[in-house]
Amino acid sequence: MHRFANPARFLRFSAVLLPWAAGATVILTIVGLYLALFASPADYQQGETVRIMYIHVPAAWMALFVYTNMALAAAVGLVWKHPLADLFTKAAAPIGAGFTAVCLITGSLWGEPMWGTWWVWDARLTSVLILFFLYLGYMALVNAFDDPTRGSKAGAILVLVGVVNVPIIKFSVDWWNTLHQPASVVKMGGPSIDPSMLWPLLIMGLAFTCYFITVVLVRLRAEIAARKVQMLRLTMAQG
Amino acid sequence: MNRFLRLVSRDLRLAFRQGSDATVAVMFFVLCVVLFPFGVGPEMNILARIAAGVIWVAALLASLLSLERLFQNDYEDGSLELLTLTSLPLEAVVFAKVLAHWLVTGLPLIVAAPLLALLLNMDPAGFPVLILTLLIGTPTLSLIGAIGAALTLGARRGGVLLSLLILPLYIPVLIFGAGAIDASLSGFTARPHLLLLGGLLVAALPLAPWAGAAALRQALE
Repeated sequence: MHRFANPARFLRFSAVLLPWAAGATVILTIVGLYLALFASPADYQQGETVRIMYIHVPAAWMALFVYTNMALAAAVGLVWKHPLADLFTKAAAPIGAGFTAVCLITGSLWGEPMWGTWWVWDARLTSVLILFFLYLGYMALVNAFDDPTRGSKAGAILVLVGVVNVPIIKFSVDWWNTLHQPASVVKMGGPSIDPSMLWPLLIMGLAFTCYFITVVLVRLRAEIAARKVQMLRLTMAQG
Repeated sequence: MNRFLRLVSRDLRLAFRQGSDATVAVMFFVLCVVLFPFGVGPEMNILARIAAGVIWVAALLASLLSLERLFQNDYEDGSLELLTLTSLPLEAVVFAKVLAHWLVTGLPLIVAAPLLALLLNMDPAGFPVLILTLLIGTPTLSLIGAIGAALTLGARRGGVLLSLLILPLYIPVLIFGAGAIDASLSGFTARPHLLLLGGLLVAALPLAPWAGAAALRQALE
């Protein structure tokens, strides 16, 4: 990990990785969408609306995955003061917020035909909404300071405080009696979902992960380039 | 310990001499609650039904009101930097500030709450639970708020930003606080809600000063 904290080494490494990640995203999304929308069976209870799951569930996984990664990066940034860790946290936040928004919107669209309501104040939904606000609060806090390092340090602490929400989201369906169904993929005793639906779901999850890696690499490279430009401008202004 | 108490008494003395925060918080609390009968209509049944939630939301907003200045004045006049140089750990400084903040703004709210509950036609049987939830809940609010106040120190539009950061984190306290009162009013035991509320306080007591001190160190770097 410490090896890749060097921005120059990271730039070389990411230049190699980026096309592969982008290619994998495209292929996995096409395959996953085909399997999800055409090749997988409709649900015996939910009919065709079950296909919303192939977007909703991976988006929810990513919302948590991105936040956990941000928290790890924030801790690394605070402890070892790696410049890349702070940049990663900053670069990942809008993507995570996007996934959370997709998760909430698709969940709402799925809830209308299934539960008969767009929204219920149930533990899972509320805790994901809090996650969304945490993302937004982080982005607002990072941009609120004139000194960018102060902003990313404050943001890192906020991200670490918000980590308490992650296990609450994961276990909310077990701890409270909720309308949202309990976990059916990641649980003790193996998944309770049929393989014909599980495979498209997993492929979509992988596609979303590759998408995240691609976009975060692009954003990180852009951020590093922006810093370089800023440094050059400063030296030109002083020289 | 002596230094800790002296810091608390300094903050209390400052609050009393400036004499605004406590009265403003209580006035805001009262006015906020009084708005609801106008908004939802004066029917006694509806008011009794929503009383617990309204009082809790109003208390939450009132405690948010003065949080912005928790560290602001000390940060601007430089005494916060002097406080970091004392032998008192920064975590204890944060805790002392939170304690003073709660004594000035939290405690008056608890005194005023039964009166407002009466105005909202809440069943008097729920009063002890109402006071108990506020006693356990408002210190948690001050503790969580201190993290936000330390994080937004020196930020542009710090006050608005503070509420944006802190309000989502207040939601669990609100759920269990209002839930305990509702449970006791509808004949169930409030115990599980109170235990969870107490758990939040016990978790926030060590963690919030720690996170707040970390945020202060970043602000003073």
